[in-house]
Amino acid sequence: MRNAFAEEVTKIAIEDKRLVLLSGDIGNKLFDKFKEAAPQRFYNCGIAEGNMMSVAAGLALSGLRPVVYTITPFTTTRCFEQIRVDVCYHKAPVIIVGTGAGLSYADLGPTHHSLEDMAILRTLPEMSVMAPCDSNELRQALRSALKLDTPVYIRIGKKGEPDIHNELTNFEIGKSVIVKSGKDISLICAGTIISEGIEAAKLLEEKGISVEVVSMHTIKPLDEEYLFKAALNFKMIISLEEHGKIGGLGGTVAEWKSNNNITINHQILGTPDEFMHEVGSQEYAREKYGLRGIKIADIVYKKYQNL
Amino acid sequence: MDIKLDIENRSKIIRSRIIETSHKAKMPHLGSCLSCVDILTTLYFSILKVDAKNPKLQNRDRFILSKGHGAPALFQVLAMKGFYPITDLDSFGEDGGVFAEHPPTPEYLPGIEAATGSLGHGMPMGLGMAMASKISNQNYNVYALLGDGECNEGTIWEAAMLAAGKRIDNLCVIIDYNKWQATDRTRDVMAFDPILDKWRAFGWDTIEVDGHNVNELLNAFSQFPSSNGKPTAIIANTIKGNGVSFMEDDNNWHYKIPNADEVKKSNIELGII
Repeated sequence: MRNAFAEEVTKIAIEDKRLVLLSGDIGNKLFDKFKEAAPQRFYNCGIAEGNMMSVAAGLALSGLRPVVYTITPFTTTRCFEQIRVDVCYHKAPVIIVGTGAGLSYADLGPTHHSLEDMAILRTLPEMSVMAPCDSNELRQALRSALKLDTPVYIRIGKKGEPDIHNELTNFEIGKSVIVKSGKDISLICAGTIISEGIEAAKLLEEKGISVEVVSMHTIKPLDEEYLFKAALNFKMIISLEEHGKIGGLGGTVAEWKSNNNITINHQILGTPDEFMHEVGSQEYAREKYGLRGIKIADIVYKKYQNL
Repeated sequence: MDIKLDIENRSKIIRSRIIETSHKAKMPHLGSCLSCVDILTTLYFSILKVDAKNPKLQNRDRFILSKGHGAPALFQVLAMKGFYPITDLDSFGEDGGVFAEHPPTPEYLPGIEAATGSLGHGMPMGLGMAMASKISNQNYNVYALLGDGECNEGTIWEAAMLAAGKRIDNLCVIIDYNKWQATDRTRDVMAFDPILDKWRAFGWDTIEVDGHNVNELLNAFSQFPSSNGKPTAIIANTIKGNGVSFMEDDNNWHYKIPNADEVKKSNIELGII
């Protein structure tokens, strides 16, 4: 996914002279082509993310379109106040990209995990929050973000994530994409964890439960239009994210339900309110937190039987 | 009129207006505002290429009040410069207005480039603006006024290293070195001194001046931008509460509000009445 980011941001930089890429000393060789194509518009800002975010705001307030890139915790929680004040308060059109979101870097420990980013950035006025599910959505997310005049946060994976879409048309920020239609349950997913959701949907189909799998690539603004329809047409909504259960996709759906007096059964699947103290691969971490397809299918099956 | 005299006269009027506003609107940070008045008036009435009638002119110089709590001083200077009528400031501190302790965002007040107040943000934003000037092949300069206490913030030094590393020579910071921060002597809170050597070690051209001496300020600004690719740091030695004898170097005036008698005494000292 990060290779797709590097490729797409380079393509856009050639087309759009406003684009400036700021990196927090990350992506060795990843941006060589960008640097070749637009040497005046690439800055390695060093390991100083607070300053990098303020610099991005300054660039944006001067008519340029900065894209800030580093590992997710460092481009979100590390510099939250700069995002809040310099970017959002000033309505500066900065695109913030967090690579290795969720448990992508499970083996690096909680310093590099990112299970709070969507929750906290979602609280900021003006900010859009996106979690594309694959490289296709990421490319579209970047191009769509550049059309907005407001800040956008995009959390992405690292590498090797499966492509979910063969091709993608009519992509819009805030409009979810139905990956597979279904009748009984709506399974809305934020980010690359959707591959586990698709696997779960297959297993549930074998048990006679029809699951619609949706890429909810934008959690703010929320695709309420889809949710209102889902509340009418399905018996249950499951939200799935590689993020804490507090305040992410599940949290925003719960708020939407409360604000609109919606009564459909909704289950939040995400990580618990804890730090993961043991190391392991992303697969290990997903397994531990019940976020693998087989486990998801098991949980959803039981919930569905008890409706 | 001689430029020095003109700026000095303006500074007296600005000081008087700040003190009266503080009294009327119960506005704190008086000492911090008074220490930077001469720097502001020198910049706005001799140095900055800005047009009050076209505040968004693309190639304008940018001024960032990184020590955002000096906004009551900046508001007066911007009004005097003609960005908005002086009478607008009558609403200072009133509910629903824009004039309070810190600058609003640029879209809410002409002449403002950044909504500061959280220290350590303005200068790095100004660095971004200075970089934009270079990327966009323009030739404007960016000036950021920092408090000495503000130099406690790590982001100032992150920005200092990046600016020097990328040779952003169109960025000038002025440190309003009034020797006090909110609750203590600056040098007693952190290892502040030697501040000039610190900026030099970070790769900046450095100039030390008396921040209340207009000629020294003009001379310092005339040396910017440097011809060696380095950004410029001007260490302006100032006195907190400058201009009013009973406020000078008394840190109680960081938060204290003057009463009517103190306003009158100040105006007499400033030669306003």
